[in-house]
Amino acid sequence: MPRLDSLKTFESFRQDLVAGRDPQKTYITICSGTGCHALHSDKVSQAFEQALEKNGLSGKVGIRRTGCHGFCERGAIVSIFPRDVCYLKVKPDDVPEIVSKTLLENQIVDRLLYEDDNGQKVMHEKDIPFYKSQNSIILGNNRYVDPQNIDDYIALGGYSALAKAFFQMNPELVLEEVKKSKLRGRGGGGFPAGTKWETTRNAPGDIKYVIVNADEGDPGAYMDRSLLEGNPHCVLEGLIIGAYAIGSNQGYVYVRQEYPIAVENLSVALEQARQYGFLGKNILGSGFDFDVAVHCGAGAFVSGESSALMTAIEGRVGEPRSKYIRTAVSGLWEKPSNLNNVETWATVPLIISKGADWFCSIGTEGSKGTKIFSLVGKVKNTGLVEVPMGVTLRKVIYDIGGGIPGGKKFKAVQTGGPSGGFIPEQLLDLPIDFDELTKVGSMMGSGGMIVMDEDTCTVDTARFFLNFLSEESCGKCTPCREGIFQMRKILNRICEGEGKEEDIALLEEIAEVVKDFALCALGGSAPYPVLSAIRYFRDEYEAHIHEKRCPAGVCKALISYYIDPEKCQACSICLKNCPSQAITGGKKVAHVIDQGKCAKCGVCLEVCPSKFGAVTKHSGAPQALTTGR
Amino acid sequence: MNEITLNIDGQEVKAKKRMTLLEAAESIGIEIPTLCHHKDLMPYGACRLCTVEIEKGQRSRLVASCVYPVENGLTVKTESERVIKGRKLILEFLWARVPDAEILCKYGEKYGIDKNKFDVAMTACILCGLCVRYCAEVKKKNAIGYNNRGAERSVMFFPEIASKECHDCGECFAICPTGVLPSNYAVDRVSHFDWPTIHF
Repeated sequence: MPRLDSLKTFESFRQDLVAGRDPQKTYITICSGTGCHALHSDKVSQAFEQALEKNGLSGKVGIRRTGCHGFCERGAIVSIFPRDVCYLKVKPDDVPEIVSKTLLENQIVDRLLYEDDNGQKVMHEKDIPFYKSQNSIILGNNRYVDPQNIDDYIALGGYSALAKAFFQMNPELVLEEVKKSKLRGRGGGGFPAGTKWETTRNAPGDIKYVIVNADEGDPGAYMDRSLLEGNPHCVLEGLIIGAYAIGSNQGYVYVRQEYPIAVENLSVALEQARQYGFLGKNILGSGFDFDVAVHCGAGAFVSGESSALMTAIEGRVGEPRSKYIRTAVSGLWEKPSNLNNVETWATVPLIISKGADWFCSIGTEGSKGTKIFSLVGKVKNTGLVEVPMGVTLRKVIYDIGGGIPGGKKFKAVQTGGPSGGFIPEQLLDLPIDFDELTKVGSMMGSGGMIVMDEDTCTVDTARFFLNFLSEESCGKCTPCREGIFQMRKILNRICEGEGKEEDIALLEEIAEVVKDFALCALGGSAPYPVLSAIRYFRDEYEAHIHEKRCPAGVCKALISYYIDPEKCQACSICLKNCPSQAITGGKKVAHVIDQGKCAKCGVCLEVCPSKFGAVTKHSGAPQALTTGR
Repeated sequence: MNEITLNIDGQEVKAKKRMTLLEAAESIGIEIPTLCHHKDLMPYGACRLCTVEIEKGQRSRLVASCVYPVENGLTVKTESERVIKGRKLILEFLWARVPDAEILCKYGEKYGIDKNKFDVAMTACILCGLCVRYCAEVKKKNAIGYNNRGAERSVMFFPEIASKECHDCGECFAICPTGVLPSNYAVDRVSHFDWPTIHF
């Protein structure tokens, strides 16, 4: 492949590429994103290869292994184009049937289609309720692109925003367009990207850096991972456009080592972009030079903080520093450095090709465009969801997420990752927007969205996140290091039933100081789970402290299991299954749990036949020991 | 224009560009408490005890004075209510780590800390990092560093370097505000340094 050395060669290359592709050719698209990969999509793909060969279809039908489609709950996802038939939960064993029926006989395998609540089968991916309410302008391209094949991206219109920026605009106009789009950073802070770019551009110095922050470390969040794995060229194109506007000739991608597919696909993408001439000297003959290096993180959450990330690229321990002089002015090796998150960079090509006005037509007054959320927890349809800003939480959780499974009640949703706040049911109609989420004591963060049902204890959950943050705090500044340590100790004792009267006030006091005094955003936002939990679920904290009761029945020290002697049929099932040998009883003798031996594992409750329903869970004072009949 | 005018605790101060708020305050005799600051070392901004409240227009915020550069027209309050509340808690956090440390007694008395607020979880070190930075910046040896992170963070002598460099130095001992460093060194020396095997 010769380098594309001018706009003309690029355009004719793309025309030839598109002309050479038959839109009527059958393509099997197999989602190979994180979720589907875990569900053996690689084996599905191998099964297709074998089945095609067996049926003599190898040359006629194409196979495309793509990045994440989003509906991870129903993986592995297989779509067949051009008919756009979407099969869910596909296993290798299903493949021969798909090939013989759909490919050879043009019939649909009904059982693999999505079935809606009324029993109606849905054939096209776009008609599935999960996708219907979304607006996948960024993530949506994942399904058409093989991330290791740059031609797929170019055929889809890829790198045309870059060409437009280089040949129809100039750096100033590109910057103006991004400023006009009001794009705000998707990594958590929500800082206007254009303003940041401008600061870096105007900062004194010849050497400037642009950096992609792909150190996504929030538990349960994988939107950046899926973009980088599924469509690395769109991130790269955004980065090159940014570098052009800012005046930088060197970029870095800081990506977690724990994302091996992202690292691999990104490295392949960089190599292909160099071959084609989108990176290197004199890109597309424009006279602009730019290249990108990949830096793999060593697994520290705090390295997602911009100054810590830059320190890590420099080869030192990733620790934040005070940013009173912004990294945009003095960052990597003390040079002006513009850092944006994966999703932010991926949005840039769209803004350039479709224009800031188009981008501004999506979203709310203060937050424009779309946002990708990783919808996880106690929700029916877990997966990646891209919605316009301003959509309500209710719509995301119920219309897209399908509500809470098992007929349980919704309790809270945590947005923004481990240091986001809990948002209760009464605020479900809140529009998702940077400022609205902050107002209610949470944040947009990078887009984590963890749904909790009535079986979740907010004290226990806050403790879980503080544990995470305590382990991930770098330990440099006192308020974060010691404050989280003390808050965690207090939450531990509340969960253990040893909470003191003054603990809620003490938690609030520490939280306020940690928020105000910590060095970086990790410490500054660490108290949000605790503060918001106390704000909206104070009665739950009070029940733990005053009544020694866990209303959700989660905190082991505060629950007990009890066998109702009236209902017990002395069947011995619980007795045999109890791992602590805590249950006594015999033939025709109702069973009794020895509370002293009970490990509160709940096995007895699970195994007691539902027709008896003799075992119950209680929270509060332990049940009096009862003797058998 | 190299001279900057700002207001600290009601007094007008003329400061040079690139000075920090802490230096500007000291220049007019206002003392701001610090634990991790040292005149011979680069500002670190870690203990957060030197936090002050600044006002710019309508907005007020808390910043670490040892690293925040002076700005024209800035109003600084070194002992506002919010500042005192935080300093007190920071000292109480550290008291649980090193009860009775001289420096904590001094500031603790000033801010009236509750010495029993938190259960003692003794580490004998306040992690000011003075030793680490002194060894790196002044001695240029990097024999001391941090181990672990978060609440588990501790200071340690790196055996590979310390076994060669430390025996005739010991200058960091004097800079340690809690006095724990000599015993840390002794423990690390015995347990981690690579001694030549003695054959009998």
